[in-house]
Amino acid sequence: MILNALPRGLAATLVATTLALPALAAEPIRLGFLTIKSGALAAGGKQMEDGLRLFLKERNNMIAGRKVELIVADTGGQPAITKTKAQELVEKDRVNVIIGPLAAFEALAIDDYIRKAEVPIISPSAAAEDLTQRKPNPWFVRAVGTSAQPSHAMGEYAARELKYKRVAIIADDFAFGHEIVAGFQRTFEENGGKVVQKLWSPLNVADYGAYIGQIKPNVDAVYAAFAGGNGIKFLKQYNEYGLKAKIPVIASMTAVDEGILKSMGDEALGVVSTGWYTATLPNAANKKFVAAMNRDYQQDPGYYSMGAYGAALMLEQALKDVQGKIENKAAFMAALRKVQLADDPRGKVSLDALGNPIMDITVRKVERVGGKLVNSVVKTYPQVTQFWNYKQLDFLASPVYARDYPQAKNLE
Amino acid sequence: MNFWLIQSMNSLAMGGVLFMLAAGFSLIFGLMRVANLSHGAYFMLGAYIGLHMLDLGFGFATAAIAATLGVGLLGGIVERLILRRLGNNTLSQVLATLGIAFVIADGSLWIWGGDPRPVSGPAFLSGGMQLFGLTFPKYRVAVVVFSIAVGLGLWLLLDKTRLGMMIRASVDDRQMAQAVGVPASRLFTVVFCLGTALAGLGGVIAAPILSVYPGLDADMLPLALVVVILGGLGSLAGAFVGSFVIGFIYSFGQVLLPDLAYMILFLPMVIILAARPRGLFGRITA
Amino acid sequence: MKRALLAVFIAVLLMLPLATGGVYYTNLASQILIAALFSLSLNLMVGFAGLTSLGHAGYLGLSAYASAWLMTNLGWGHLESAAAALGITAVAAGLFGLIALRAASISFLMITLALGQILWGLAYRWTGVTGGDNGISSLTRPHPFGIDLGNPVNFYYFALVVFLAVWGSIAMWVRSPFGASIRGTRDQPRRMAALGFDVWVIRWITFVVSGVLGGVGGLMYVYYHQFISPHSLSLANSAEMLLMVIAGGAGTLSGPVVGAALVLLLKNVASAYVDRWVMLLGAVFILIVMFLPGGIVAGVARLGGMRRKASVPVPAAAPVNKTDLRPEVAKEAS
Repeated sequence: MILNALPRGLAATLVATTLALPALAAEPIRLGFLTIKSGALAAGGKQMEDGLRLFLKERNNMIAGRKVELIVADTGGQPAITKTKAQELVEKDRVNVIIGPLAAFEALAIDDYIRKAEVPIISPSAAAEDLTQRKPNPWFVRAVGTSAQPSHAMGEYAARELKYKRVAIIADDFAFGHEIVAGFQRTFEENGGKVVQKLWSPLNVADYGAYIGQIKPNVDAVYAAFAGGNGIKFLKQYNEYGLKAKIPVIASMTAVDEGILKSMGDEALGVVSTGWYTATLPNAANKKFVAAMNRDYQQDPGYYSMGAYGAALMLEQALKDVQGKIENKAAFMAALRKVQLADDPRGKVSLDALGNPIMDITVRKVERVGGKLVNSVVKTYPQVTQFWNYKQLDFLASPVYARDYPQAKNLE
Repeated sequence: MNFWLIQSMNSLAMGGVLFMLAAGFSLIFGLMRVANLSHGAYFMLGAYIGLHMLDLGFGFATAAIAATLGVGLLGGIVERLILRRLGNNTLSQVLATLGIAFVIADGSLWIWGGDPRPVSGPAFLSGGMQLFGLTFPKYRVAVVVFSIAVGLGLWLLLDKTRLGMMIRASVDDRQMAQAVGVPASRLFTVVFCLGTALAGLGGVIAAPILSVYPGLDADMLPLALVVVILGGLGSLAGAFVGSFVIGFIYSFGQVLLPDLAYMILFLPMVIILAARPRGLFGRITA
Repeated sequence: MKRALLAVFIAVLLMLPLATGGVYYTNLASQILIAALFSLSLNLMVGFAGLTSLGHAGYLGLSAYASAWLMTNLGWGHLESAAAALGITAVAAGLFGLIALRAASISFLMITLALGQILWGLAYRWTGVTGGDNGISSLTRPHPFGIDLGNPVNFYYFALVVFLAVWGSIAMWVRSPFGASIRGTRDQPRRMAALGFDVWVIRWITFVVSGVLGGVGGLMYVYYHQFISPHSLSLANSAEMLLMVIAGGAGTLSGPVVGAALVLLLKNVASAYVDRWVMLLGAVFILIVMFLPGGIVAGVARLGGMRRKASVPVPAAAPVNKTDLRPEVAKEAS
């Protein structure tokens, strides 16, 4: 009789264990999402959320065989709340990984906390240079490039191929604008161009009239570096003052981002810019992505939605590389830092040793295609890093790009 | 020479926008002693309502009228339901008007979303016009003209009508006015409606220049306060002159003192207030 | 009654970290205590001196940036940089007071707003010193007597000590003769002047003390967040501090604390459940102003007072006053 009981006992144990195994794997991955849903930056936050939700919808909320639980936190664009929300996600909601935050100053505000709490974080939007240069955080990687990553290319392209010699710059007077402009000025002047005027407009200036009125009439082009919705206002007023016909505009990625391009009119036609993502990229993954975003959210993806989608792709790849075991934080982080994306709508994307993506930068021009304004690809600079073609050690040894660095020596 | 002309034009246009923003605030404060800190929110709401009407296909004039009436109506409701109970208590006014501003701002974000939206003026005012050999945006010239018209209209209202007489009397000496039978309660509602309606109108008229975006209210409120303080509270002429002075300081200041661009309005304000606390046109009232 | 409530309150505060379910709530409590420092210091101006200021966040910024800059660039320790930061804040408050106190009521509001905005503009634009909108990060917390304040529970008690010290000092100051004179200048400035008080000096002293205590709040803020950026001195932040004071109850000692708790809880906790938490915050303010004028504390006290009256039993007959000499009454009494 005991002999009879044994197999039944064994069977029972086996059944019990088999039933328990899915329970272990059924523990969902808790993904924290730091975004902005209220206040002036809410538009970007919404686009990020759209991109992320599309990603999860396409995969039925499952990554690497495990369910994903998304916890959204609104930081309101205030660094103090960002820190509190990060703490809430980590301490209260016990997330395994965070995607976010949106703004560079928010990322800087939680930098120390992330280091202490040892939470993997993938930023879908913060482009501040030092986050992956002189102040790298072992737990931080990002899905977007540095501020200057695309503008380095613009400087070279403007000098060598557009053959501009004298350029006036107008940009938002804050860190993002300073860094973009620094990258452009450096490569533009190294390739024979001269930046003869630099105008800095306050971030929330009511009216660009005063600045447009100062632009020197004898420049070959105006380089405009704006974030948020300022590109809309600037181009509209630039056109109203009759300058559009006289002096061409070259722009930063966010000045004519797909997210705001849809609100612009003919004043945007012909504007050449550079960026690490363009909705008209011809690869298959992108075509699928753009179609899905249009179907679900009625708009082309841009900086923010691609940033969030790309962050999620990195998360997925890293999770696959560790067979879904995100609980082993060290292993997961190592895998995340080595991630190589095959199916990213941007093409080939990988991370450098400091956590910044290496990806193609495209030169694009605003055109009207099928009645809609789009950024059409003109040229591609393949696999650009955050250091352009400078030596990493030299780059890091010099100060971070700022309002006055590199110094503008050719101002008139 | 070109530079001065263009910047002067910008200054005038800015002044026009500011006048429509500040006139309502000055009126409300002058009569009711209410510092309406939700004034920027009414301005923004007017712009959003105008945008909404334009999206629905209506013309610019219709949109402007709808915005003016809509915001004025809201103002009336707010005055009757909330502000009426507050009496002269500054702190309650601050709490209430800021609370209302939060509600309007977040409500606008909810209804119209966070994307910044450019607004086109009427078609016949688009493009530039040639003046003195320079291109000026037609719309901005029109804004200056329109704001002068609004100023004239308000002056006529205050100076030549019975309503205006009652308002002026109550601004000068409220108790005396009440003693001679001016219906204070109804007057307050009318003036608050008028003030907020002006803000709403200002929002639509300014929208083709400023565009509409969340945060417009927070950007405009300090400007309204600066103008009104400079020009003297409760003085329409002061608001008019103050608007254009601020317009000039704003435009030329940004150009000539770019390093101070973020503080270009507040420095002069501190200096002027330190020297003359009641503003340029203010009178010492009871 | 009040003392008992106070004792209970302090006891609750002392036991908070043990009662709450985790480190997150302890951190939130620390933030509320820090916010209360700002609202308590602002209340000195708004509630007790009757001068409404919309630039108080400027003091947060001044002391936070001063302390952060001294530690990062000159390598000063926490104590020295804190003392220097408070000194700088005091000097600034003194100067601002000289300018602002020339005006009254709404002009005062405007000047303080303008001064606050000027400080904000400086923080934004003077990138060499302040780091611009990227702010100054990687700041450290002090370690008084070797205690590691990186531990949230330790920091909470540190914040509690500072909070109780500031609160206690304000309470003592307000109840002192000088405190009475401050209230006098609020209620009856002309009479005070006629009685020989120097109204301007009284206000100026209050202005400076308010600013310095705001600076203390700024230090606690930068120690907690270990980061400072121009966003912390924005007009929105100044307005928020003012709202805390008014919503809680200006001119009371506990009002600002209640107001700070209200705003922080709505901002950080309600926002997790309600998308439109900004609207909710605005609606709460409107409701307070309509139904609890004078703020939550005053309103609740009034409601409490009404309830107490209702529970006193009405005596069967009115008690007769034996010393009342009116004939009818005297006859009844005998």
